[in-house]
Amino acid sequence: MIGSILTEHLIDIGLLAFLAATGLMMLHQRSLFAVVMLSGIFSLLSAGLFTLMDAVDVAFTEASVGAGISTVLFLGTLALTGAREKRRTIWDLPALATVVVFGALLMWGTLDLPHYGDPTAPIHHHVADRYIEESGTEVGPPNIVTSVLASYRGFDTLGETTVIFTAGLSVVVLLARRRRPAARPPRDASPDAGAS
Amino acid sequence: MTWETAGGLYNYWIFILLMMIGFYTVIARGNLIKKLVGLNIFQTSVFMLYISMGVVDGGTAPILSDRFTVYTNPLPSVLILTAIVVGIATTALGLALVVRIREAYGTIEEDELLALDHEDFPAGRTSAGDTP
Amino acid sequence: MQNRPIARIGAKILTPPLMLFALYVQFHGDLGPGGGFQAGVIFAVGFILYALLFGLERARRAVPPGLLLPLAALGVLIYAGTGVAGLLLGGSYLDYNVLAHEPHHGQHLGIFLVELGVGLTVSSIMTTLFFCFAGRGR
Repeated sequence: MIGSILTEHLIDIGLLAFLAATGLMMLHQRSLFAVVMLSGIFSLLSAGLFTLMDAVDVAFTEASVGAGISTVLFLGTLALTGAREKRRTIWDLPALATVVVFGALLMWGTLDLPHYGDPTAPIHHHVADRYIEESGTEVGPPNIVTSVLASYRGFDTLGETTVIFTAGLSVVVLLARRRRPAARPPRDASPDAGAS
Repeated sequence: MTWETAGGLYNYWIFILLMMIGFYTVIARGNLIKKLVGLNIFQTSVFMLYISMGVVDGGTAPILSDRFTVYTNPLPSVLILTAIVVGIATTALGLALVVRIREAYGTIEEDELLALDHEDFPAGRTSAGDTP
Repeated sequence: MQNRPIARIGAKILTPPLMLFALYVQFHGDLGPGGGFQAGVIFAVGFILYALLFGLERARRAVPPGLLLPLAALGVLIYAGTGVAGLLLGGSYLDYNVLAHEPHHGQHLGIFLVELGVGLTVSSIMTTLFFCFAGRGR
């Protein structure tokens, strides 16, 4: 038992270290192709972390969406826009200051939070108790995530599905029309981006 | 601050560090695709922070079985699961805008875009949307 | 990638199990990890793999792009329609208990329909996204 907990912590720390290294490499790399590939690796590592945190449905989604579709779409965009980033100064000091201050504030905010894995944290005693204890008799499926997703929080999921539909529709509106011949035509007043 | 606090909170700190890497990429890098990748890092780190709040020590994945009594909180899983798929749909929308910008301006570097806009609207009118 | 026999044959072998796996994930979501969102994405990946290896034209013949957006809309309609069915049968919106003669069967049917709608929408939208980006360059 102690051994398995120790292993879990070691895997946790290892994954976190890999995530941080991947993130820093993505910031540093100027070849956008490498950046996109690293972002696929980042997603896969985070899927591993989700599994470790017992969120198997999320891990499944992240592995298929983040490492799969997302990489393909980014590569498709690179083919249309060019795969090299312009050289620029390494450190942008005002941005760095903003990020450091913001990060410090967030870390200060975590000091009051319940510790990682604390079973007495308030989040576990609001509606989660009911989902875990009653969903088997009230809804039926053994997978509580499915019960909550489709039944208890059906409105939520309906909204999300509509958002996906709308976003897909907008991409069609933006990209399905023929490409304009001139590289940089004069700007017209009406942004007529309708699909033809 | 004790070792116990640090041991209980280090997960959150690493997620915040990752968030800040993404945030820095968004504001300090000029390439629009790199900015979107930065946004993706930020988003995934928020997801990890959120999921880590739902972990219960000694719990198992929230799938009911006779052999287990302690389950991880299913609520963060549900919220984040849908957010991931919505996230890729909105990222695709951002990428589509990048493609259109590239076709209209011939570049996706922020400073060059601003310079081109400045050429067209030298004084007073800075936004591209207010042509008569 | 027209002249890479290993990749092409690999894709030919992989595509059918991939789609079968998507259906498994879709309908097994009640019992294990999975559901409409994941199944939709995996189903779309099947088409994308086919398009990557056999060219956009053949993929377009397999999945007519004109069909995809109506299918996505149909998915949202199935979801919203399940809610309306609950209203018509005397319950409240998205209340599945009234869909069948017994609450448990109603819940089962409701979740099945809702996940079906989600899977349909997600798979068609993801395939559309790929076709949009891949078809832009030519």
